[in-house]
Amino acid sequence: MDQYFKGTTNMEANNQPIQFSNHYQTHPLKVVAKVVRKTLMYFALVVAALFSLLPFLWMLSTSLKAPGEVLSVSPVFVPTNPTLANYAAIAEAFPLGRIFLNSIGVAVVTTLGQLLFCSMAAFAFARIPFKGRNALFIVYLTTLMIPSQVTITPLFILMTGLGWVNTYQGLILPGMFSAFGVFLLRQSFLGFPREYEEAASLDGANYWTIYLRLVLPFARPALATLSVLGFMSAWNSFLWPLFVTRDVEIMTLPVALATLQGRWTTQWNLVMAGAMLAILPILLMYLCAQRFFVQGMTMSGLKG
Amino acid sequence: MAVVTRTSPKSGAGGRLGEKRVTRWLWIIFFLGPHLIGMSLFLILPIIASQVLSLAEWDLLTPPKWVGLDNYTALFASPDFWSALGHTFLFIIGYLPVVLVLGLGLALLLNQKLRGLVLFRLAFFMPVVSAWVAVALLWKWLLNPRYGLVNYLIGLLGIQGPGWIFDPGWSIPSIILASVWKDLGFVMMLLLAGLQAIPLEYSEAARIDGANNLKLLWKITLPLLSPTLFFVIVISLINSFQVFDQVYVMTGGGPAGSSQVLVGEIVNNAFSYSRFGYASAMSWVLFALIFVVTLVQWALQKRFVHYQ
Repeated sequence: MDQYFKGTTNMEANNQPIQFSNHYQTHPLKVVAKVVRKTLMYFALVVAALFSLLPFLWMLSTSLKAPGEVLSVSPVFVPTNPTLANYAAIAEAFPLGRIFLNSIGVAVVTTLGQLLFCSMAAFAFARIPFKGRNALFIVYLTTLMIPSQVTITPLFILMTGLGWVNTYQGLILPGMFSAFGVFLLRQSFLGFPREYEEAASLDGANYWTIYLRLVLPFARPALATLSVLGFMSAWNSFLWPLFVTRDVEIMTLPVALATLQGRWTTQWNLVMAGAMLAILPILLMYLCAQRFFVQGMTMSGLKG
Repeated sequence: MAVVTRTSPKSGAGGRLGEKRVTRWLWIIFFLGPHLIGMSLFLILPIIASQVLSLAEWDLLTPPKWVGLDNYTALFASPDFWSALGHTFLFIIGYLPVVLVLGLGLALLLNQKLRGLVLFRLAFFMPVVSAWVAVALLWKWLLNPRYGLVNYLIGLLGIQGPGWIFDPGWSIPSIILASVWKDLGFVMMLLLAGLQAIPLEYSEAARIDGANNLKLLWKITLPLLSPTLFFVIVISLINSFQVFDQVYVMTGGGPAGSSQVLVGEIVNNAFSYSRFGYASAMSWVLFALIFVVTLVQWALQKRFVHYQ
């Protein structure tokens, strides 16, 4: 745009014919300035990308190193004999398969539970009018403001009372009833055209049919967003699993990883192999469903 | 938490034609019931219990004892509490400006017409989705004074790197560094969404009027971005008050308590010393801090933020 305008003024001043391309009309210094500017921008981006990526590469490289290469004063960037022995060593010291399944199970069940319970509650808030609905919804919103650290002590006492410490239900259930999920889905359900609902109910559809056959398919993007955020936050969750699990058989990956580092303080090749295992599934998921990760976090301002 | 509510146009205007009241209430219980029970049990009840608990002394072994506001007075008299609060603020003061400025810079760069932006965005967002525990372990390794990559790279410049997490003076900066690395992509993404929502006409009009890049940024882009910027600051501030995972893994609050933060204090008191009442009182102080931030947000939002 600006080039066009500058081009015109040049043209008028020099009385040049119109067929000259923009290239000739722009002052050579400006072209240079533009190239310099672009180069600088790329340079800044590349530096920032290196800052982001280099630690990951270092993690990968360390996890493939033999012990001798880990603690060397001039760092070895590419292991001379890359080995998966560190991963095998973790699997030997820990019931790794079990821990992995725990993590996946907890994340999947939490996500499914959130999808079901939050979508049903959101449907009531969005589509069924009742007395006190707004007041109740405000209570829901208020709980969003309270940090999880406030509830964690009484929750732990409750779990002790129920005998649920060190059990899967104790690990999973508290994460399943998210107020945020209700909020997110309600916003989306509100956008469902009322005429469709009215037409369906004239045809004899009840609330369940409208929920299952019309509103849920309509809100697929919001459901996908909630799934991705729910899965990620359950997978990465640390504070609650740290409290509520005791035995390694029931731990999720982050908690097991934290114990791992206590056991092998200087064996960074092992610790990094464990860290790789904890982030790989989420990174893969992120590569596949990038859009929903970004959308969900931008919308909610939550890091999961 | 900043939330925008929207009510449907016909909400509350009674049910559908020919529907019995009882039937409708049964539907409401069916849809809302399960979530409401779960929420009450695992969220609302603990919130209320926590409030009550903060007024009592309880180690779970002996019966609870009512102590009134003693927990709060003990809290405000405790040097550990004040030092944890101080460290939390120190973290925020170091972390927030850096992550905002870098995040804004990246967002501005990614908002240009350049090639390969998708790949850059991918790279910046990778730390955001990774588990904090893994990231904290990674940084603990990177910041190893002897064998860590960071001190090696600093050494190439001829500077002797610090002891990082082993040095009481450097433990908080170490945590700030790791946190900036992890959250940079998150801040960038929120600001980029804000930048992309600014209509192009504004900058085009300013350019025609002869504004240069710097002026454009200062007079047009930043004011129009201010609602987003404000939102990001509030969100980051609320998150920063709750800083814990990285501290627990990287330093465990040490060395010599030099990086103990508020949530770390809560966790220690509850689970190491079984002072559940005291820990609850402290969590309400944390809530109060977050509440104040939210109130300030509401008050200021209307005043100096530009909306189009």
